[in-house]
Amino acid sequence: MIRARGLSRRFGDKRVLEKLDLDLQDGGFLVVTGANGSGKTTLLRLCAGLLAPTAGELRVETDRAGIGFLAHEPLVYRELSALENLDLYGRLYRVPERRERIGMLLERFGLWSVRNERAGSFSRGMLQRLALCRTLLHEPELLLMDEPFNALDAEGIELLGQQLEELRGGRTFLVATHDPDRLAPLASGSLALA
Amino acid sequence: MSTWLRNNAGPATAVLAVTLICAAIALIFFWVPEDADQGFSQKIFYFHVPIAITAYACFGWGAFKAFMHLWKRPPEADLQSYVAIHLGVIFGALTLITGSIWAKASWGVWWTWSSNQLVLFLVLFLFYSAYFMLRFSVDAGPARSNVSAVYALFGVVLIPVSFLAIRLANDFIHPVVFTSAGPQMAGSMFFTFCVSLAALLALASALYRLELTSKRLDVTMKRLREALE
Amino acid sequence: MTYFHDVATLTRKDLLLELRARDTVPAMLLFVVSALVVFHFALPSESSRLAAYGLLWVALVFTALLGLVRAFSAERDQGLLDGLVLAPCDRSAIWLAKALSMLGFLVLAEIVALPAFAIFFHGIGWTTVAGVALANVGICTVGTLLAAMAAASRARELLLPLLFLPLAIPIVVGGVGAGVVENGGRYLGLLAVYDAIFAIICWASFEYVVTE
Repeated sequence: MIRARGLSRRFGDKRVLEKLDLDLQDGGFLVVTGANGSGKTTLLRLCAGLLAPTAGELRVETDRAGIGFLAHEPLVYRELSALENLDLYGRLYRVPERRERIGMLLERFGLWSVRNERAGSFSRGMLQRLALCRTLLHEPELLLMDEPFNALDAEGIELLGQQLEELRGGRTFLVATHDPDRLAPLASGSLALA
Repeated sequence: MSTWLRNNAGPATAVLAVTLICAAIALIFFWVPEDADQGFSQKIFYFHVPIAITAYACFGWGAFKAFMHLWKRPPEADLQSYVAIHLGVIFGALTLITGSIWAKASWGVWWTWSSNQLVLFLVLFLFYSAYFMLRFSVDAGPARSNVSAVYALFGVVLIPVSFLAIRLANDFIHPVVFTSAGPQMAGSMFFTFCVSLAALLALASALYRLELTSKRLDVTMKRLREALE
Repeated sequence: MTYFHDVATLTRKDLLLELRARDTVPAMLLFVVSALVVFHFALPSESSRLAAYGLLWVALVFTALLGLVRAFSAERDQGLLDGLVLAPCDRSAIWLAKALSMLGFLVLAEIVALPAFAIFFHGIGWTTVAGVALANVGICTVGTLLAAMAAASRARELLLPLLFLPLAIPIVVGGVGAGVVENGGRYLGLLAVYDAIFAIICWASFEYVVTE
């Protein structure tokens, strides 16, 4: 699904990734660890296609419609409600049976009761849940997740854990985290960035 | 002979440029007759117009390299585009300066809005100066190259559109009309003009190569330094 | 077909955002009227009628700039452009939607500005209105793309006027000419040519501005 050879990325003079080789098979679950600034976010952004490598090659076997990216930012409009945000992404990703799917996800992540409230009024944890809904909305084949457990409370962590287990088979995961032990049972491999 | 030229293209161009410049200066000051109307000061025409044409050539080349960068992405295209536009701005500034000197010598004013050429250059000078502001306010990387390339393409499209606009603007700005030496040049004048044009294009070419080489060297030095770390 | 659905989705989103935030359009309205008042004081008494026309266009260009500076502010501050760029839609749809919503805001500002000008200074003919309509297209298409460039840079609001003003010169020439010259038709032609050429080049190049 993802193949990288000699992948490098620099920002001005700062070299963030240096000659990285990576092989992620279809259906694999790769956990990426590393200190702050080690390039976890950069690697995910490269795989998502938001950044271009400055050297080396990177091949991702799916197009934009097949990628679900959970970024550092929730990527939702603060002035729009949860429902409106998901409807926007649902339309852009041409999700079939959009309304049902949105309703189902909101319910699964415990946001149904606040669906009509401005995302700007949400707590950090709720925003993260909404971001997860956004990421999973179009049933992507490849899930790129940047510290998905960030800001979640115990209930949120539980919900996410369940979701990941359900989705495990058949989808490919690349997850950056500070907490690899939680994902150890699901992982098929791990990558530690310097 | 041709192998030697290919390997030493840089110095060869420089030598050519110097030769042509000397020839042009000799022709301008010692050979070509003075213009009947404007006298000695008309001679700046032999600098001003070729410099303007050279500036256009630089902007055009910069836009071409920008287009290539966006289309085929050859590794050096962005740098070449930047260097060409940099040179273009320098020649553009010279165009404005020589134009201003000519206006002062011919008509006694440092600036006139009636010269469409000059006004167009002012607009382009502002546009391409903003190019540098744009380029250096984006962090180095693919984003900077892409954004610069798109802007360079906008510039080259702006040239004809602005020219049309400036021509039309004259109808309601009512400038004081000055007559100027038209394109009907006597044979000797035309020849001198051509030599001067060739000289400036050669100069631009030599400077282009020089600046590219220097920037390439910077990149190589940086890479070496990093490899040693 | 899906392209136009995407554009409609995104335009609706932008209009909805403005409806909720209600900051850009009121600011543009207030700015343009204030600018016209300043211009009254800036014109000495012997100034021609026509000088006021010119200043109308200055007011319109700077009002548009005010709106354009905020065009991508939500996307920039909250990193939302990533979300849009990741979507499978054509990236130029993002540009077109933003330009259309900007067009809407500018028209709203002009619905106030043009009558205000007629009241403060003197009446305007249909060629001026046609000129304004055509100029709007040029301002919004080019301005939106430049706003995206400026949003990606460190200098942001400082940069957009520098990028925009040289490109606005043909628009101003076309607009003023259309209103001022006897047979203003060819100035409308200039505006139409500008709009067509730059719309195409913006549409084709937006992808490269927002991706790497």
